Amino acid sequence: MAAAVGMGQQWVLVEMVQAFYEAPAYHLILEGILILWIIRLLFSKTYKLQERSDLTPKEKEELIEEWQPEPLVPPVSKDHPALNYSVVSGPPSHKIIVNGKECINFASFNFLGLLDNERVKNAAQASLRKYGVGTCGPRGFYGTFDVHLELEDRLAKFMRTEESIIYSYGFATIASAIPAYSKRGDIVFVDEAACFAIQKGLQASRSNIKLFKHNDMADLEQLLKEQEIEDQKNPRKACVTRRFILVEGLYMNTGDICPLPELIKLKYKYKVRIFLEESLSFGVLGEHGRGVTEHFGINVDDIDLISANMENSLASIGGFCCGRSFVIDHQRLSGQGYCFSASLPPLLAAAAIEALNIMEENPDIFQILREKCKRIHKALQRISGLIVVGDLFSPALHLQLEETSGSRENDMKLLKRIVDYCMNRSIALTQARYLEKEEKCLPPPSIRVVVTVEQTEEELDKAASIIREAAQSVLN
Amino acid sequence: MVADPKRPEGAGRMERPEQGLGEPDSHPRANGCSLTGCGALRNGYVRGLPETEIHHIAHNGGLYKRPFNEAFEETPMLVAVLTYVGYGVLTLFGYLRDFLRQWKIEKCNHASEREEQKDFVPLYQDFENFYTRNLYMRIRDSWNRPICSVPGAKVDMMERLSHDYNWTFTYTGRVIKDVINMGSYNYLGFAQNTGICKEAAAKVLTQYGAGVCSTRQEMGNLDKHEELEKLVARFLGVEAAMTYGMGFSTNSMNIPALVGKGCLILSDELNHASLVLGARLSGATIRIFKHNNMQSLEKLLRDAIVHGQPRTRRPWKKILILVEGIYSMEGSIVRLPEVIALKKKYKSYLYLDEAHSIGALGLTGRGVVEYFGLNPEDVDVMMGTFTKSFGAAGGYIGGKKELIDYLRTHSHSAVYATSLSPPVMEQILTSMKCIMGEDGTTFGKECVQQLAENTRYFRRRLKEMGFIIYGNEDSPVVPLMLYMPAKIGAFGREMLKRNIGVVVVGFPATPIIESRARFCVSAAHTKEILDIVLKELDEVADLLQLKYSRHRLVPLLDRPFDETTYEETED
Repeated sequence: MAAAVGMGQQWVLVEMVQAFYEAPAYHLILEGILILWIIRLLFSKTYKLQERSDLTPKEKEELIEEWQPEPLVPPVSKDHPALNYSVVSGPPSHKIIVNGKECINFASFNFLGLLDNERVKNAAQASLRKYGVGTCGPRGFYGTFDVHLELEDRLAKFMRTEESIIYSYGFATIASAIPAYSKRGDIVFVDEAACFAIQKGLQASRSNIKLFKHNDMADLEQLLKEQEIEDQKNPRKACVTRRFILVEGLYMNTGDICPLPELIKLKYKYKVRIFLEESLSFGVLGEHGRGVTEHFGINVDDIDLISANMENSLASIGGFCCGRSFVIDHQRLSGQGYCFSASLPPLLAAAAIEALNIMEENPDIFQILREKCKRIHKALQRISGLIVVGDLFSPALHLQLEETSGSRENDMKLLKRIVDYCMNRSIALTQARYLEKEEKCLPPPSIRVVVTVEQTEEELDKAASIIREAAQSVLN
Repeated sequence: MVADPKRPEGAGRMERPEQGLGEPDSHPRANGCSLTGCGALRNGYVRGLPETEIHHIAHNGGLYKRPFNEAFEETPMLVAVLTYVGYGVLTLFGYLRDFLRQWKIEKCNHASEREEQKDFVPLYQDFENFYTRNLYMRIRDSWNRPICSVPGAKVDMMERLSHDYNWTFTYTGRVIKDVINMGSYNYLGFAQNTGICKEAAAKVLTQYGAGVCSTRQEMGNLDKHEELEKLVARFLGVEAAMTYGMGFSTNSMNIPALVGKGCLILSDELNHASLVLGARLSGATIRIFKHNNMQSLEKLLRDAIVHGQPRTRRPWKKILILVEGIYSMEGSIVRLPEVIALKKKYKSYLYLDEAHSIGALGLTGRGVVEYFGLNPEDVDVMMGTFTKSFGAAGGYIGGKKELIDYLRTHSHSAVYATSLSPPVMEQILTSMKCIMGEDGTTFGKECVQQLAENTRYFRRRLKEMGFIIYGNEDSPVVPLMLYMPAKIGAFGREMLKRNIGVVVVGFPATPIIESRARFCVSAAHTKEILDIVLKELDEVADLLQLKYSRHRLVPLLDRPFDETTYEETED
């Protein structure tokens, strides 16, 4: 058998040599030239198109001389609405001194009033005495403190998930978590009202982004269906394309609660993972403050990842993600804001732990907050010229102009006058600030009204009536 | 903190031969480095070989007011080969064990997908975690070691054990006391739980509480922020400054405010992840120059201006150069005088990230600008963090008033992120005043000097011992080359056994064959501490055969350049 094969090969070789002899000379020369040409192509230097320009060094110098760059930053006009910040003297707690005037704070996200809580402060003090302020390192390199481990453990237990991971900055939490999972080519279905941190996370992930109308499940389902059809055309691509739905529990930009039960149905129907950003709803919604999952009575394991910051209800700094270990653990090597940033100062972690203690010990606090939200929500209805935007249970509401004056700039000015009017009457409010050119879907201008448990019923009523007065005097 | 009287003052710097500086190179090389045979024995130490060094002095050495000695010794060929073999063996075993796991012969320890979601598209591609599962997991105990004290010169560490080969850890409850800390970025020793900084922070904590609960533009602009920003501007010698809650985000949330589509970013190949992310988020085109290589930078600048934007051929709107003061993995110092000369020549802007160099370099701790005796006005954007030298958290940007005004209105951080925590700010205020001598003592100044002395002493001794040490002689970041993957874990463990905490780094933080240990020298380290570390290092090095150095230094510019580190984004 082997010999036969050998024979066969030999025969082919002989035939080739024969063919070579028989070929005409011009044919051989042509082939020789072609071979040489191929060799030349193989060994010639590859060049970029750019380098083919035939500029002389002198011309290049002239071009360099000629080039005038734009200034590093364009000038900012002195009366830019965001240039001159209000200055808060002293702590930004319930009673706040803004620009020298003492007011009641309706602007800080200190929902549970834990910012100036003595217990929280004492816990932070104890931590300061033990650890000092900074951590001087990222988590990997001696920046992991026992307090961090304790806080992660406590947060996981509180949220009833397997694991949690803390970041040293609220904004960086979701912005780092998204690109840890969703990569180029993956698809993210995201609510168009999603906050800026989500938008930046998506941009960093370079995934395909599909925006659906705010809280519109029909629109989302439509997009999911379109994707399903797309997937059937190219099943090989579909089976490696990860899909995510990204929603907020309580929307920062609209104050609405997301329809989580419908989202869960869609999740299993279309096999899409859900990431939930709960910065506003954590420590607010639900009987025990566990957020929007508890609010709707949904098994927390049905959500793939929950992210929240500790800068609102917990009145500390930083953020966390929680969920199953299978999901969360991945961030310990892939979460950029986790790996490459110094860890959270221990005193801030200790403050967050104590705040969690308080939340666990006093679950009625959430009921009180809800009552207050409802109260102001009701009191702010039917103000001529202003509409209340936001859910009944939302502690961060928006007051928008009923009718726009035509330009955003003028609207902002009107709202500013309302804010100033209230400020002069000891109610500290603020306009919601956005980067107008950066936002994907810029929300209309609004005044933020933040409810905290520290505000008494009288103060809530007073705030509502002053806002009513202000609207009357400014808008009519 | 007391300076050692026995140690020669300014060892290293004064005796440094200065051939090649300022004079035309006698042996010009393609990359502009001069090859200077230096006959004088610097350290009085010879390892049987005549010591020849290639000094790294750029051809426009005239710009430098001080010697600039930065060396990267070539990886010995045998070591490189053995390192690759090591990775080869690890990879083979990785495949074998993955095979065993697949057939359930080996127990599978990692967490798995929920049963209900098994039919979803997998969250991770299998190869994504190959490295983690089979290489990192073996030596995972060298990272994330939890500590339970101030991250000062010595730390207390929580003892932990693993019964399943590092998949999970259990804490024994015991504390390993007084581990010498060579890992924390506590350059000036301000990580303290006693003293003026702590007292001041405690006072502010009682008054203000821990958080802020709002953004700078809404209701989170405290009087403390304004006070801090004035001080930072004064410290840096710039017109104005702005501070942010996180160092990482200072880069990633402000670069997009400065440049955008139609702009060009020229970024050092070894820039920190935060700069890379910021550059990416900005939407500008990114081009990478070789690490600290001015020829590479100049070529990119020339080409960019001459050729304009790709496809559209429009001229670039502006060009921003991104560099760091001290590179945290290489220990190198940016060639700032040359960068500034180039940026002026080509009318581009300079963004200098001083995360590691602020406080740690310069006679009074003002960073790399002071180190080279330059004018802070020549740097357009002075960025830095408070995490390291100041023992706090957060970051800043300093520069012209127009720049800061623009950032106050357009920085992502100012609009969407919670501002700095008051007690953290107080730590910065107090430590910064201390460095400036405004607390009425010379303590801060002594710290800066002590750090410089410790750095030179530690680096000199390590070089004498025959280690391959990367970076600049004045950089408190000291990378010691380990090369082989097996030595990463072994080194970390052996040092911990000897009560010394070190940082070890391997791929992907470094090129694959250049695994290393990194020491961060601190002013809080006493001579005794450093001597203990050196003694133990000597022992461990003999055990693990780490003294690779043959004193053949290779110019930085000749080192391999990994093209895949970044890709150009045109979107």
